[in-house]
Amino acid sequence: MKQEVNELIDPLKFRDRIDIKGIEKSMLVDMLRKMVLIRKAEEKLSEHVESGKIKCPCHLGIGQEAIGVAVSLVMRKSDRAFGAHRSHSHFLALNENTYSLFAEVLGKYDGCSHGMGGSMHIVDNDNGFKGSVPIVGATIPIATGAALAAKMDKAGDISISYFGDGACEEGVLHESLNMASIMNLPVLYVCENNLFASHLHIDLRQPSNSTSRFARAHHINYSTVDGNDVVGMYKLLKSEIESMRSSNTPYYLEAYTYRWKGHVGHRDDIDVGVKRGAQLDAWKKRDPIKRLADSLIHEGILTESECQNLNNEIQNKINSDWEKAELASFPQNEFLITQVYS
Amino acid sequence: MKTTTYAAGILEAYEYLLTNHQDFFIIGQGLWSPWYVGATMTDLDKKFGKDRVIDCPVSELATTGATVGASICGYRPMIVHPRVDFMLLAVDQIVTQAAKWRHMFGGNSTAPATFRAIINRGGEQGAQHSQSLHSWFAHIPGLKVVMPYTAKDARNLMISSVLSNDPVVFLDDRWLYEKEEEYTEIEIIDLNDVLPQKLREGDNITVVGVSYTSLLCEKACEYLENTQGIKSDFFDLRVLNPLKLEEIIKSVNKTGRLLVVDGDWSSCGIASEIIASIMEKVNLDSLKSSPKRITLPDAPAPTSKALEQLYYIKEEQIVETIIELVK
Ligand SMILES: Cc1ncc(C[n+]2csc(CCOP(=O)(O)OP(=O)(O)O)c2C)c(N)n1
Repeated sequence: MKQEVNELIDPLKFRDRIDIKGIEKSMLVDMLRKMVLIRKAEEKLSEHVESGKIKCPCHLGIGQEAIGVAVSLVMRKSDRAFGAHRSHSHFLALNENTYSLFAEVLGKYDGCSHGMGGSMHIVDNDNGFKGSVPIVGATIPIATGAALAAKMDKAGDISISYFGDGACEEGVLHESLNMASIMNLPVLYVCENNLFASHLHIDLRQPSNSTSRFARAHHINYSTVDGNDVVGMYKLLKSEIESMRSSNTPYYLEAYTYRWKGHVGHRDDIDVGVKRGAQLDAWKKRDPIKRLADSLIHEGILTESECQNLNNEIQNKINSDWEKAELASFPQNEFLITQVYS
Repeated sequence: MKTTTYAAGILEAYEYLLTNHQDFFIIGQGLWSPWYVGATMTDLDKKFGKDRVIDCPVSELATTGATVGASICGYRPMIVHPRVDFMLLAVDQIVTQAAKWRHMFGGNSTAPATFRAIINRGGEQGAQHSQSLHSWFAHIPGLKVVMPYTAKDARNLMISSVLSNDPVVFLDDRWLYEKEEEYTEIEIIDLNDVLPQKLREGDNITVVGVSYTSLLCEKACEYLENTQGIKSDFFDLRVLNPLKLEEIIKSVNKTGRLLVVDGDWSSCGIASEIIASIMEKVNLDSLKSSPKRITLPDAPAPTSKALEQLYYIKEEQIVETIIELVK
């Protein structure tokens, strides 16, 4: 028995409109706006990785926008989220601050980490994003510790740990899940299962393509969902999060999705021999943004032209934020040494 | 003149080992990938099979431990970590298991595994993708630490490391991969016999470099000899543990001056160790100036290019320091 049968990884399925019933119009538009903002921001980054203006390694999550957005909408400011190397969406879903991200990626002082971190080390304390790091799996126990702190605070806050299917191969996931389970810690583990870890498909790395088996083993409640359906994830999390807050329980969300770009940078990796051409084309038809937009238009919540206006507004903001970030200053030389200790 | 590069040297070592030693295999992340390990392992999986050149899950601790386990059972395996930073997840297996294995069992069992990690910094990759940390590993008794600078050494010392009966940390440097030199034939050398190599001869100062800093030192020494007639005895360290400094001590007795250049941090680093060990044994009366070291600033690597340019050691710094010491 190698493969768990799982229709969620089939890109020919789940392409149609999504079920938006029971969600307020303002929330739905908010979801769309955030996803479009993230998409266009990452497209801007992609353009400038290619142009050579961005030098730091940039791991783009184009195609995966729905997950961070759904989570951001159930978070409150006192919650705490931790990301990894592919975390632009987690950050932007919480603050929509494209200027701060662009400046950071360009190594400018105005960036969220004052130019010390680049794309892989981003932070926004005010909005609950406590930091992202590129060491695979490293923030899983850290988020678990943040949940321990939240539990001690007794204010009903939770912590969120974002990671990929590759990170599930690090032993620390097992230790963290075990600990969260036995200690009753309110941590939401969000596995963005995009089926790849750099060049290797999950079939070459794990005996099953479902990582929620780890949650099951540790008696943690979980669901396995379509990660390209923002509304479906939002509804699920909204109900689960209440019990997490009141009873300090961990929860594991496995969201199936796909990244449209290669592991790092603006290319798709097909050029260097990673075999994913047909899959990639098929997944582009399972676009989380188009599915929501089509549903909104179909249900008469937005018109085509309102949708187009929203796109244009966001594009303008992104263009001007990028231009401003290019003009921003680099950190002062002393910063190299003055940030080592407090 | 037939030439070769550092990366080609490593590839040649692999071809040699896979062809001549059936007990040798390699495991690590990215071994089938087009970009992970640069040109050092191109097509090895296709030539020698995916069961001897094994790509693996994102599991540094387990794969390193498995390498140790196989080495205890008669194989001569190597784990490859495409960045030293990732190898830290496996430190228990390297430092507390493999390095102690022989000693704690009175020589009845050994773990001759090779832990290859690649130093891969700069390019605005920041604090967690830019470490070297060789001094850390050199601190551990039982663990040999090898850092080649020339293409010839990258090949010959990799073979020596795999054939060594002890666990070895082998650190190669991505900034040296394109370095070209005259081609030589493979030489099988016992790692125990490998000493620092003197690459330039001179009376004015003794200069010690390691890995990439040897390149900077060699250029600086050449420049100073050509422009100012300052002649250096320049040594490339090659093996950081166990340290064998006799030749360098002789040299300092001759020149009376010592500069060590190392691309790691100062505090508790290999540069400190070299200076301290030499000062214990050198004839102090022969010293004409205090010994000096050039290392990284005591800070993690920044990403911003403005600061990254300040961060890494440059040839000019070495030139200036040598002039200061010699004048
Ligand atoms: C400890 C560690 N090992 C290896 C790497 C190299 N690496 C960076 S991202 C990555 C793949 C991670 O895959 P996954 O967790 O599924 O996230 P995705 O890239 O698919 O978003 C690897 C192996 C790393 N950064 N850290």
